[in-house]
Amino acid sequence: MRRFLAALLSIVLLLPTAAMAQMLLPGQAAQSKTEGLEIGTSTSEIAITSDFRGADLTIFGAVTNTDSLLLAIGQYDVVVVLEGPRENATVRRKERVFGVWMNTRSMTFEAVPHSYSMSSSRMLDDITTPLDLTDRGIGIDHIPLTPVGFVGNASNLGEFRQAFRRLQENGGLYDRDPSGVRFVSSSLFKASLRLPANIPNGVHTVRAYLFKSGNFITEKSVPLRVIKTGIEQMITDAAHSQPIAYGLVSVFLALITGWGASVVFRKD
Amino acid sequence: MTIYLPIAELSVNIFIILGMGAAVGFLSGMFGVGGGFLITPLLIFYNIPPVVAVATGANQVVASSISGAITHFRRGSLDLKLGTVLLIGGLTGATIGIWIFSLLRRIGQLDLIISLLYVVFLGTVGGLMLVESVSAMRRAAKNVPPTPRRPGHHHWVHKLPLKMRFKKSKIFLSVIPVVALGFGIGILTSVMGVGGGFIMVPAMIYLLRIPTNVVVGTSLFQIIFVTAYTTVVQAATNFSVDIVLAFFLMIAGVIGAQYGVRVGQKLRGEQLRALLGLLVLAVGLRLAVALVVTPADVYSVVMGAN
Repeated sequence: MRRFLAALLSIVLLLPTAAMAQMLLPGQAAQSKTEGLEIGTSTSEIAITSDFRGADLTIFGAVTNTDSLLLAIGQYDVVVVLEGPRENATVRRKERVFGVWMNTRSMTFEAVPHSYSMSSSRMLDDITTPLDLTDRGIGIDHIPLTPVGFVGNASNLGEFRQAFRRLQENGGLYDRDPSGVRFVSSSLFKASLRLPANIPNGVHTVRAYLFKSGNFITEKSVPLRVIKTGIEQMITDAAHSQPIAYGLVSVFLALITGWGASVVFRKD
Repeated sequence: MTIYLPIAELSVNIFIILGMGAAVGFLSGMFGVGGGFLITPLLIFYNIPPVVAVATGANQVVASSISGAITHFRRGSLDLKLGTVLLIGGLTGATIGIWIFSLLRRIGQLDLIISLLYVVFLGTVGGLMLVESVSAMRRAAKNVPPTPRRPGHHHWVHKLPLKMRFKKSKIFLSVIPVVALGFGIGILTSVMGVGGGFIMVPAMIYLLRIPTNVVVGTSLFQIIFVTAYTTVVQAATNFSVDIVLAFFLMIAGVIGAQYGVRVGQKLRGEQLRALLGLLVLAVGLRLAVALVVTPADVYSVVMGAN
């Protein structure tokens, strides 16, 4: 499975670096050039089977127009994220009521990524300020969680947000790897992202962010479609697209099984 | 060996599922019950989401009841007219039950209500069975003949209006309690994933005074249609019938039932009922404990809801 993925996702790049380097004219001020960021995947689709147990996805990229001095002292940082399709998420909290644990309070967050796998060249907090991360919504702790409707108590909000992040991370849907991005040459980097076993179907987005000396420079994103295949997925699709036929087939199967057994066992 | 359940969205050990199906099938054959009230809690214990456990349980009851229903239909030991009246109530109840089910799911109280209903029903039925069978065993030991129930001619049920003649059962009975009984069982089928025979049979015998020779056939007639209907409606509204899970449960269940029947014929009635009573109580107790024990995490997340 891993080898299959790696083959599918083997890379792009390199060309821009060389091309742009040649375009620089002699005497041009080094400060005037802005760094560029390139990432790529050789495919825009990943097909996984239903028995998928999770895998690592490797993405290559290049930083162009770098200042070699700053690069040498490690002033460039890259963050790569695989963001799942956005959906509303409801967080519920249980409390003891008459001795029984029941859900008493809930909060729904608007359009949050179903999955979020991030890798970076350093710890996020060492790359830039928390304020900047929050502004751009980078990192598990900084994904914007906007509650739907009226929120009475502001302290609840923090509690629910924290619980959501913790549960998503514990469940493997949200993942972070502060050493997942490595520079393989002066401008070429390699990011490994964890695809969880329960990765949702749909259009995901690969996003890469470039920072220089703690300042955000640029970002790049490419879509990546995750498609589940196999008989189990066919069943799931049928259950959602043809629910009545699916229900009738379930009943029919039960009738055949029950009746079949009584016929088989009558003979002996 | 694990298989992936597409609707429950988790991987399970196929042998545990087959074992569960076979054990419940064995018991249902031994005691002559549908087994829905055992399979649904067992699935919940095995971390199958209650939404899926209930809908799939109803589907499994179709398989475990059909051979009995065919047998009674062939022999003619059922009252078709009475069954039809029960069914009118049953289908209405199941429809409203599905609506309640979806509502509870939306407000996040479904798991709690399912567990509470099971604790109440299993506790009551298990307790009554145990008490009844133990006193029957005591009587047998003292050689006292059981006091036959006198047919109560002045029962309140028989004073209700809208009476109808049921020829096969040889009774003249108001349709109100019949429809109401079907209605209640229909709600239980869709909310708990049970056939409801364990409540319907005693209610028909003791409350409606329907002759015992048609009771089982008639209740199976109602159960087959209501569970089949519930399966289709659950699939259409909550997308929660797991056909893969149901299939393995059914296969193991119908085979287990054949052996259960053979063992059941060798045991005495009171002993059998006492055993079933204990089992039902144990399952209810296990669910009750899960309700009061402090959960590992008080928070939970549902994606894509609302």
